[in-house]
Amino acid sequence: MKYDQARWTNGDDCYEPLLTEKRSEDVAVESTESELPADLTRESLSLPALSEPELARHYTRLSEMNYGIENGPFPLGSCTMKYNPSFTEDVAALPAGAVHPDRSSDSVQGTLELMYRLQEYLERIGGMDAVTLQPPAGAAGEFTGILVAKAYHEAHGNDRNEVLVPDSAHGTNFATAALAGYDVVSLPSAEDGRVDLDALSAAVSDDTAALMLTNPNTLGLFERDITEIADIVHDAGGLLYYDGANLNALLGRARPGDMGFDVMHYNVHKTFATPHGGGGPGAGPVGVVDELEEFLPEPRVEQTDDGFELFSPERTIGRVHGYQGNWLVLVKTYAYIARLGDAGLTDASAKAVLNANYLASQIEYDIPFDPFHHEFVASADMDAASVAKRMLDHGVHPPTTKWPEAVDEALMTEPTEIENQRTLDQLAHAFNAVAAESEETVESAPQRTTARQIDQASAARNPRLSWHALDESDTDT
Amino acid sequence: MSNNDTGSPFAPHTPDETAFMLDAIGADSEEDLFDIPEEVLFEGEFDIPQQSEQSVIAETDALLDRNADLTEFLGRGHYDHYVPSWVDHLADRSEFLTSYTQYQPEVAQGFLQALFEYQSMLVELTGLPVANCSMYDAATALGEAATLADRVRQTTGKTVLVPELLHHNRRAVLENYVAGTDLTVESYPMDDGNVDLNTLEQRMNEDIALLYAETPTVRGTIEEHLEEIGDLAHAHDALFCLGSDIVALALLQEPASVGVDVVVGEAGSLGLPMSYGMGLGLFACREAFLRQVPGRLVGVSEDATERRAYTLTLQTREQHIRRERATSNICTNQAWVALRTAMCVASLGPDGLLDLANDCVRSARELAARLDAIDGIDAPIHDRHHFREFVVRTDRKAAEITAALEKHGFAVHAIDDHMLQVCTTETNAAARDEFVETLEVIA
Repeated sequence: MKYDQARWTNGDDCYEPLLTEKRSEDVAVESTESELPADLTRESLSLPALSEPELARHYTRLSEMNYGIENGPFPLGSCTMKYNPSFTEDVAALPAGAVHPDRSSDSVQGTLELMYRLQEYLERIGGMDAVTLQPPAGAAGEFTGILVAKAYHEAHGNDRNEVLVPDSAHGTNFATAALAGYDVVSLPSAEDGRVDLDALSAAVSDDTAALMLTNPNTLGLFERDITEIADIVHDAGGLLYYDGANLNALLGRARPGDMGFDVMHYNVHKTFATPHGGGGPGAGPVGVVDELEEFLPEPRVEQTDDGFELFSPERTIGRVHGYQGNWLVLVKTYAYIARLGDAGLTDASAKAVLNANYLASQIEYDIPFDPFHHEFVASADMDAASVAKRMLDHGVHPPTTKWPEAVDEALMTEPTEIENQRTLDQLAHAFNAVAAESEETVESAPQRTTARQIDQASAARNPRLSWHALDESDTDT
Repeated sequence: MSNNDTGSPFAPHTPDETAFMLDAIGADSEEDLFDIPEEVLFEGEFDIPQQSEQSVIAETDALLDRNADLTEFLGRGHYDHYVPSWVDHLADRSEFLTSYTQYQPEVAQGFLQALFEYQSMLVELTGLPVANCSMYDAATALGEAATLADRVRQTTGKTVLVPELLHHNRRAVLENYVAGTDLTVESYPMDDGNVDLNTLEQRMNEDIALLYAETPTVRGTIEEHLEEIGDLAHAHDALFCLGSDIVALALLQEPASVGVDVVVGEAGSLGLPMSYGMGLGLFACREAFLRQVPGRLVGVSEDATERRAYTLTLQTREQHIRRERATSNICTNQAWVALRTAMCVASLGPDGLLDLANDCVRSARELAARLDAIDGIDAPIHDRHHFREFVVRTDRKAAEITAALEKHGFAVHAIDDHMLQVCTTETNAAARDEFVETLEVIA
């Protein structure tokens, strides 16, 4: 079975014309309409001008040239691409939930109670004492968590300027620590792909504000020494930060709070199957232990005798979002967790781990590190990016490539719990078929996709970032 | 736990399949696959009951129905504009909704083109040649503009200068974004809702890295001296950053024409329904800052058949490649919201968008005049042109008026002891008469 994506073509030029190439209008701005003085208004406005049927076709065509989770398997390691049940969209679209963020607490008791319940669910799932829902993405959650850690140290008179990050960590960890003003210390991993306790002991000092850790790590390996790691960091006066990207592997079986983590973020769009939307919106709630609660961003939701209210933690860091974060994503998260309950959440991680192990057993690639949990990293014996392009020809979305660096030509694969044996066999077939093909065939891929190999180098060398830039380049030639 | 009768409703395994797969791996049970040391095993319960789909919908519906049914005249950065029905239906197509970041562009041409078109619309609206394909919201976009100024500026200035009437939330987010830099945030005074040029001029010096102004301002006034503000910024080697929103940009002065270096603001005003504060941060800037731009950029290239094709580009700025030297830590952004906004802009076209913007000016003026005619209300308090919203002074305590209004089914902001802020768009137009009549009684 192979999947071929739609390909809409417009002569030899492009796959689907731009809106402006179909019809656009340049309208002179008449200030008489609003009676604003002419010097306060622009001169003209040029935008696409199409009818609703034309637009409906345009966006339908674009959708048909895009691969989503309903099109087929999407085993992007560390991204946790799951099926997003449609009913959560209905819940998010309930009209009574469509309220302005500056409403009085009295008038949005339903909204606040839903937030309160979600805070509680996340506290229990993560083993944390308090949760804020405000951060609008995982990286925003990291930033929030690190700012909270920083505020904690400052309040305790600790002058600490370093954050430790294992070399296999997500790039966001490094960028977040730097954005928060910390010097980033990269920790080399041990030969078994896990944190090297000796290297950690050598790296921690009075300067250590925190260690940011993903568990299982990006190789899918559980950090078995987590208790020792927590002791080393805590003994040095540092805090332990949990990157929630891989929480899908642990639901119901282990909790960051029980492992000694002081602060964590949840990638609800990964762990709890809320749509990734082609790159967002996500949401990145942050959980903390008691000692850090007073520093969380404002506002949080609390229950009082009179109902639910927004309040500011005593020594709040302030805000990380203009209002209350990505509410619609949070509603979908709540609905998804309520649908699964204890049994579903626990089963999700069981099946995710089963699927990763089964798929790994069926493919003919070297997998240097094990035992792994929900994702594994295979090593291609040729260019991993080319393997990925060729897998597209076999009708599946490829894994994450070339990362983590501990594996040569890495194919970082995470099938998640939503695939059954049939689909996993289809994925394994794609892996194995590519492995058996000639280098020439692989390097000519993709052949069956909407677009063929795209020249990324020239896109970067000669950045054309809008349809206006296209006009200019036409004029030049 | 290991079969789909009692487990996740979205894990498709039958008990036979599970057994077959375990056998293929050589494991006795799913538990055997977990490599978790005993001391950190979790053996408790979350105490979250599993519910049917129908039950979750019914329960959530009942819960949210406890929200009061109010007609909102609320704004201050978060606006309600009508979203055409087709936008909901097309944006909800699963290929858009459930796709990931476009790391394999050959199977993501649809979303990449939609984001390229979104960037292009912002280029038209701002006049600036570079727009990224989203930040979280207006407040975080402002934070990113400040750190950009810190990266691109050649001199030693370390102050971000913002209006004293900046929305508290935006300022709070900005303060956190600069917390890790040696930038500090300071404010300059306002005059009747707009920038006080004279005091700003005295306030300017070589230590200013970024000068921020807004139009419309948080009080809904339209800034009248953008060009002079830009000149002041540039005379002191500071960047001029303008905050606005996607509807206002369609009508008001084009930022590039008044010397703006970076435009930030809210784009979700068009495309998102009221969503308790969810946003879409717009970010556009001059070409000189291209390699310092935060977030994702879609560029045009060619594929092997020489057809135009789109791809994420200049990724060497981003965290997954540059790590601690990235221009920003942003990864997941607001792509799907950007898609919705582009759909709404396309739906309106230039005439429709201008009509909407003109209507925002006209209806704010008309509503203010009607409120001004009420005893005990002075509206608007600023002698300026307004966009969508305005501030009124009340004889009665503002909090008493908002409480009374709420009983009559209306929500407005109380921003001071005797000040209300009122915002009007096409979505509350039908309730304006009743709103005025109610205030006549209450005020």
